[in-house]
Amino acid sequence: MRDKNMSAKTLYDKLWDSHFVKERDDGSALIYIDRHVIHEVTSPQAFEGLRLAERDLWRVNSVIATPDHNVPTTSAERSAGVAGIKDDVARIQVQTLDDNCADFGVREFKINDQRQGIVHVIGPESGACLPGMTIVCGDSHTSTNGALGALAHGIGTSEVEHVFASQCLVAKKMKNMLVKVDGELGPGVSPKDVVLAIIGQIGTAGGTGFAIEFGGQVFRDMSMEGRMTVCNMAIEAGARVGMVAVDQTTLDYVKGRPYAPAGDQWDLAEAQWRDLHSDADAHFDAVVEIDGASIEPQVSWGTSPEMVLPVSASVPNPDKENDPVKKEGIERALEYMGLNADQAITDIQLDRVFIGSCTNSRIEDMRAAAAVVKGRKKADNVKEAIVVPGSGLVKAQAEEEGLDKIFIEAGLEWREPGCSMCLAMNADKLGAGEHCASTSNRNFEGRQGYGGRTHLVGPEMAAAAAIAGHFIDVRELMQQ
Amino acid sequence: MKAFSRLQGLVAPMDRANVDTDLIIPKQFLKSIKRSGFGPNLFDELRYLDEGYPGQDNSQRPINPEFALNQERYQGAQILLARKNFGCGSSREHAPWALDDFGIRCVIAPSFADIFFNNCFKNGLLPVVLPEEVVDQLFQQMYDNVGYSIVVDLEAQKVISPDGSEYSFEVDAFRRRCLLNGLDDIGLTLQHSDDIKQFEQQRRASSPWLFQDL
Repeated sequence: MRDKNMSAKTLYDKLWDSHFVKERDDGSALIYIDRHVIHEVTSPQAFEGLRLAERDLWRVNSVIATPDHNVPTTSAERSAGVAGIKDDVARIQVQTLDDNCADFGVREFKINDQRQGIVHVIGPESGACLPGMTIVCGDSHTSTNGALGALAHGIGTSEVEHVFASQCLVAKKMKNMLVKVDGELGPGVSPKDVVLAIIGQIGTAGGTGFAIEFGGQVFRDMSMEGRMTVCNMAIEAGARVGMVAVDQTTLDYVKGRPYAPAGDQWDLAEAQWRDLHSDADAHFDAVVEIDGASIEPQVSWGTSPEMVLPVSASVPNPDKENDPVKKEGIERALEYMGLNADQAITDIQLDRVFIGSCTNSRIEDMRAAAAVVKGRKKADNVKEAIVVPGSGLVKAQAEEEGLDKIFIEAGLEWREPGCSMCLAMNADKLGAGEHCASTSNRNFEGRQGYGGRTHLVGPEMAAAAAIAGHFIDVRELMQQ
Repeated sequence: MKAFSRLQGLVAPMDRANVDTDLIIPKQFLKSIKRSGFGPNLFDELRYLDEGYPGQDNSQRPINPEFALNQERYQGAQILLARKNFGCGSSREHAPWALDDFGIRCVIAPSFADIFFNNCFKNGLLPVVLPEEVVDQLFQQMYDNVGYSIVVDLEAQKVISPDGSEYSFEVDAFRRRCLLNGLDDIGLTLQHSDDIKQFEQQRRASSPWLFQDL
């Protein structure tokens, strides 16, 4: 049995093996990087390091850049491009990216290029990120690209510089974890609910040291954009890497993208990509199984993504927790979030709604949210509900479908693409004490603004919350 | 990179689990294009009672007296004692830069998030994993003894507490060597340029679409 399994490989094993350059005497491995995506926040110190050491980029056509974290999303501030960014420090950072890309000859989708957008949206959208690649970016949500059947993960700025200079990373092989969700999702249950339910089950450190492959019927049936939402949040379960095997859905998504191979090259690529799945008897170090039919729409109530529950549930009571560290964690989270133990999730009143981020800003997310708000009006207690498309191309597509008008008629704002309120580096942020239904990925203290209170949800649930003014099971709204 | 071999230093607590990198250094300070100067804003939302922003005079801000790093007994700490899953969340290397700039050279915890753990080694900062029960003991000893100082010996891979107890820790051989000698790991990798070029040629031949200009 053991011998038989030795030759069987997981998807991660295959991707590791195909990028393995060499093992050094001390046991460390060099892994070749195919695609390097950069943005304004984690690249300037890496370019500075190259200059100081008088090094050049190893392979300039492996790098693609776009500004996303700092860019303003109101059309008024956006219209004048970089020069129009009011925040001096942010403007210098975006300008520095432009300057560095010009100096080193890197392809950049600049602030008002229609192809600009969130790094993890534009990579797959442009075909710059493809199946079978190793993909890195100085951003932990790089795992999004794993949906393509690629080995993709976030790196720090020193590693950005390392990849710039050598096209390699010094790496250690991770362990393999299979998260298998079988069955069928109920109506109104989104990919975001699936990944939040997974994180709720395995915890924010459950995947530490692992590469997670998402397998099972639910992911086979899921669209590419849904798979990206799931892989995006692998890091919220502690895993740097999340991925899904290549199938016809993957190939159909990739074909025809601007940087995807075409003609004979496509045939060659497709033949290689067809093998990007785990072998039938491959060994996983850990397996987690979840019944897809049991997953309900999810809402996070605390200050860590693992603090998440079905919308029908009530906020936990710390007195019922035996583990002292967890009990203290619940107490601190309830205090920060301004919630009471045993309070129904549906009683949480909202001040703001954010639909966007690298987790949920693709066209299907826009459509899902628009379908919920269509013909309805935002609740008066919700001061602001913003919809921020993930790229200029997503924005254009949504406008072509009239989604922008649906949002605006419902009282939501339609913005320019960027990371926006996911991490609130620009002007889009929560005030202290404000509760936000957010389609982003992190509900850490202060993440969306000093003292802000984030509740992570899928786009349908965020849209429903904007209408109701509090959390509501979107399935109830759909029946009305 | 700064070398790290043996450190005797004052220990300060960060006594909560799942400390994320947003908490270590909030996003508004990530707009800097430099690697230095983040120390005054380390744990900004816990250290101060107001909202911080880049470029302000931090000495004029209201201090949170409850926060350990503001207390007299922990001034000058070089070792941070922490709980599990320290450094989770964003990949920002500004987190170890801020710790380093503040004067922290070593973080001890029962577990770390992967990216943060990796980033520490690139900046001469040693993350040490010790079993949860050992970390509990160290916390207790630290709270009981003002001026609690321990030794972290990377060469011997040991933490030594004032009562002479020794606790061994594991560290990857490559990272240990780089840290002990303060090596530039890009330089080390580039010693293998020929291997990288050879690999790249094979890859270009088998998968040419990966090498097209963007």
